[in-house]
Amino acid sequence: MSDNVNAVSVKGIYKNYGDVEALRDMSLDFPKGQLTSLLGPSGCGKTTLLKIIAGLLQPNQGEVYVNGQIVSEPGPDRAFVFQDFALMPWASVLRNVAFGLELRKVAKSEREDIARKYIKEVGLDGFENSYPHELSGGMRQRVGLARALSVDSPVLLMDEPFSAVDEQTRRKFQEDLLQLVKEESKTFIFVTHSIEEAVYVSDQVAILLPRPSRVSEIIKPSSFKNKDVDSIRKDSEYLDTVEKIWKSLRSYVE
Amino acid sequence: MRIFGFKLPNMTSLILWGLVWEILGRMEVSFFLPPLSSIFVTLADIYDSKAFVRALSETAVAFFGGLFYALVIGIPLGIFMGKNRFVDELFLPWVNMFMSAPLTALVPVLMVLFGFGLKSIIIVTTLFAIWIIILNTRAGVKQINRSLVDMANSFGANPIDAFIKIYFWAALPEIIGGIRIGFIRAVKGVIIGQLLISIVGFGSLFELYSSRFLMSHFWAIILVLFALAFTISELLAMLAKRFDYYASKRG
Ligand SMILES: Nc1ncnc2c1ncn2[C@@H]1O[C@H](COP(=O)(O)OP(=O)(O)OP(=O)(O)O)[C@@H](O)[C@H]1O
Ligand SMILES: [Mg+2]
Repeated sequence: MSDNVNAVSVKGIYKNYGDVEALRDMSLDFPKGQLTSLLGPSGCGKTTLLKIIAGLLQPNQGEVYVNGQIVSEPGPDRAFVFQDFALMPWASVLRNVAFGLELRKVAKSEREDIARKYIKEVGLDGFENSYPHELSGGMRQRVGLARALSVDSPVLLMDEPFSAVDEQTRRKFQEDLLQLVKEESKTFIFVTHSIEEAVYVSDQVAILLPRPSRVSEIIKPSSFKNKDVDSIRKDSEYLDTVEKIWKSLRSYVE
Repeated sequence: MRIFGFKLPNMTSLILWGLVWEILGRMEVSFFLPPLSSIFVTLADIYDSKAFVRALSETAVAFFGGLFYALVIGIPLGIFMGKNRFVDELFLPWVNMFMSAPLTALVPVLMVLFGFGLKSIIIVTTLFAIWIIILNTRAGVKQINRSLVDMANSFGANPIDAFIKIYFWAALPEIIGGIRIGFIRAVKGVIIGQLLISIVGFGSLFELYSSRFLMSHFWAIILVLFALAFTISELLAMLAKRFDYYASKRG
């Protein structure tokens, strides 16, 4: 029943870890070309949902649709950005970025050309031959992002990609992400803990309840999306939306 | 070592002990202990003799043969055990048992099964080296960062790619550590094997020299073996150092 408006849909997902019921009857649509945030308290099953969409975990029940097709395994239509970067410490930046293409059997010179392009795009020009341990946390996350971008999947799955970087870098990344969403016609699914971050970068924020997790509310911030990056954080709808989400989550924290 | 404030190079104390040996030898304390210098003279005499060269090459074949099997069986098995609970539960009790078992006691059985030749010695050498290689590789794979595995899977890695491009490299520092200890144990294995199956390699020379009371010949062989074992383990230590930096930086 998926249509061409949604890049990804999950329908009636149940997931248990032994006795722990992580997801119960979770359904959610991710519109094409938009950024959807999954926002919710720690342990509510955000990573679980993202891994199920990625095909890295199997749900106990329910389906994942990508472009209207049911999927149950990883595929070239989705790329994952990992919270802890997941870089190979024994490989250079260039090989790390090209690794997705390497696994997809793209010829060496071709994949390195593509990787170079994305290394440049994320601002790591000149670090092609560095190793992950020579980079800062923010730079490593850019490597992970470049790797996901270079396989050119229409769907990008990002699990708290900015949680390991400092506040300044994080703000810079959020601005870059907004830019990326505008430029690339990709669908982003973005997990975060931060209400401000979710409201700032998203076209749509899905608020998840604590375990067993369902979607409690979907909020679509809209009016400030076309403003320039600096004025968003001062926009009154932005601030109101943050406040509203905080109010609805507050009861679960208390 | 320091003497009168001068820093002496690492092996200086060996010279001192060599001197003690020489003096004791010249005092003819025991026929068992000829002067060190005469041992070197003997060594110079026999090192290009047919028997010695043959013993050396047979030992090398047994050593590297045994090590080869220990590596090509041990590393993949260790990776499988680290990856897969079922395989792990199947093999771990055996690996642990053989790891601490007195393997020397098995040699007579092996001689019956595989004959008195090179084949048995290669098997003995493999048996000495392989368990620690398996255990270390397994430990290396067990500590692998789960998200590296997820990463490879998310890009559609097939099992062989994941095995070679992720698991092997992630476990490499531990594998090198295991190989190093495995090497040292292989030296033991090859010598013990030859001594017990005393018609091959240095075993036959030992047999020959000791039965004729050619003590300086006997000692010459022992010196050669010690020097070889020592050199190999030092080389491996150097190699392991080069990978240490990377072990501390990964993750
Ligand atoms: N492999 C596992 N085995 C058992 N329980 C698990 C496993 N992975 C997750 N869980 C449980 O499932 C629930 C959801 O976990 P998940 O990692 O999806 O949460 P999350 O929303 O990503 O949390 P966080 O924001 O802290 O990353 C948690 O209560 C967790 O304890
Ligand atoms: Mg999580």
